[in-house]
Amino acid sequence: MSGILKIALKLLVNDKSKFIALLVGITFAVFLMIMMMSMFSGILSRSSSSVYNVGAKIWVMDPAVNNATSSIPMPDYVLSSARSINGVKYAVPIYFGNALVKLKSGAYQAVSVVGLDDATLYGRPELIEGKIEDIYAESAFIVVKDAEFKKLESPAVGTEFEINDHRGLVVGLAKVASGGLFGIPTVYTTYNRAITYIPSMRFTTSYILIEPKHESDIPFIQQQIKKLGYQALTRDQFVKKISDFYTYQTGMGMNVLMMTAISFIVGLSISGQTFYTFILENLERFGALKAIGAKGHELITMILFQASFTALIGYGLGVGLASGLMILAKLRLPSYAAQVTYYNLTFAFIMVLIMAGVSSYIGVRKVLQIQPFDIFRG
Amino acid sequence: MGKVAIKANALVKWFGEGETKTTAVKSASFEANFGELLYIVGPSGSGKTTLLSMISGILKPNEGSVLVEGKDIWQMKSDDIADLRLHKIGFVFQDYHLFPRLTTVENVAIPLILKKMEWNEALKVGLEYLDIVGLKDRAQLQPVKLSGGEQQRVAIARAIAGHPDILIFDEPTASLDGDTGRKIVEFVKTKILNAERCVIIVTHDSRIYEYADSIMKMEDGNIIGFERNTNAIP
Repeated sequence: MSGILKIALKLLVNDKSKFIALLVGITFAVFLMIMMMSMFSGILSRSSSSVYNVGAKIWVMDPAVNNATSSIPMPDYVLSSARSINGVKYAVPIYFGNALVKLKSGAYQAVSVVGLDDATLYGRPELIEGKIEDIYAESAFIVVKDAEFKKLESPAVGTEFEINDHRGLVVGLAKVASGGLFGIPTVYTTYNRAITYIPSMRFTTSYILIEPKHESDIPFIQQQIKKLGYQALTRDQFVKKISDFYTYQTGMGMNVLMMTAISFIVGLSISGQTFYTFILENLERFGALKAIGAKGHELITMILFQASFTALIGYGLGVGLASGLMILAKLRLPSYAAQVTYYNLTFAFIMVLIMAGVSSYIGVRKVLQIQPFDIFRG
Repeated sequence: MGKVAIKANALVKWFGEGETKTTAVKSASFEANFGELLYIVGPSGSGKTTLLSMISGILKPNEGSVLVEGKDIWQMKSDDIADLRLHKIGFVFQDYHLFPRLTTVENVAIPLILKKMEWNEALKVGLEYLDIVGLKDRAQLQPVKLSGGEQQRVAIARAIAGHPDILIFDEPTASLDGDTGRKIVEFVKTKILNAERCVIIVTHDSRIYEYADSIMKMEDGNIIGFERNTNAIP
């Protein structure tokens, strides 16, 4: 580190009260921004968990569907039509629904039921106990062992339960990539058993999952499905549709945006004001440095360094604090939906750089205005 | 007397415009030589500080020129003037302007650091200059823990650490008692001033006039007198 930066650093950190105030301001702002965005990211990620877990390339649905768990059943002919489209390797139905499970203790628990195509079991989860072919056994269900698993009283293979007054038997335990948003356990069974056990409307197909022969076939398939009055979305498009729904149609996005903006403004106010006071208090010293022979660009470097140093330390502390709190929350609540993403970190980092930039700008303007002659005049 | 260190030619400086225009210095010309302790004296508002600022490359005159070692400094670019101040001129400000968050030795090392000397080397040299002013044992203290006279000496050490040819003191004894003020000037005369260095002191403290080699009197922006002090205390 060059000598001039060392002077800048000492001027900054040796003024402990101001340095701490600056750090607190930036740390607090980063903490709030990261927390808000991470919670939102977590919610968005969980809201698309079914799409990730099933893993199909193309999802066919009613155009009015705006999130995976609120499907609108489609008639059987859509499946037949989909299978006849050029470029479709195969197309299978999948069922998504909810049911009430009566546990051994006599307690009731809502569950999310996924009915897999009987012939292919396309979209099946990875088993950690049991064999997948046992799903064809009578009353067979596979239970997802995730954060909600305990709500089913931690069943083992062989455990029996009642589901909508039908017998259910656990034949396997599975793991999935992502847990659901609504905090209810998930069970998998075959499509036909699902529509038999769970009361449904005239139509039963929640979604049709399509595997295209080639990636290049996707636009044609989407076009043909559209002609049927339905919508075919790639996995990413479906995830985006769900995210857009939560972001723009539930008010959640606006709330997060407002909280993030408020956090930024609070952080900017505290850091800007404190840094400005710091510069004012050291103005005579900067003037003295100018008189001694420091050049304008050296003083600017000093101020930028001071602002950036504080911003980076505050950023690190803020990210650490937010991550620590999330870890603690997840220890207490395994289904706690918050995740720190690179996007969140980058966004918060840019916001912190803006804070540092604005604070520096105010400081630099003030320091460049001071004339060494003012130092002589006292 | 040695060679000419600073030559001021018909310097004029005014502030404000129109009815608020005030002329602080009216056509000031003089020379300061190497090996000379020159006092600029006069009452408050006589233009001493303005003149000092113009000859040290801090305040641009409206008219006239300043030659430092033969170079017209106000024809230079601002970065070159800053370089000239750093390499040729040392300042001791009236309020010292020491950095309270730095140690005494770090304060002394500032001109060296600005000259891009490596940090530890600058502190080492700074310590030598603190030794010259008799404050080596105070090196790690912060300036606020020093007395007024000691702070003044730290400011002197800082001013001479860059090894300048010209030293400029602004009211060096203004906030010191008579004894301490006298000791400071005596120290400057005996330890700092030499044949390769010119020292200019702005003061209105008549108690220290006896040390001056030359005294230039100012009043209302004019130089009203310039006398050689043949009885100066050596």
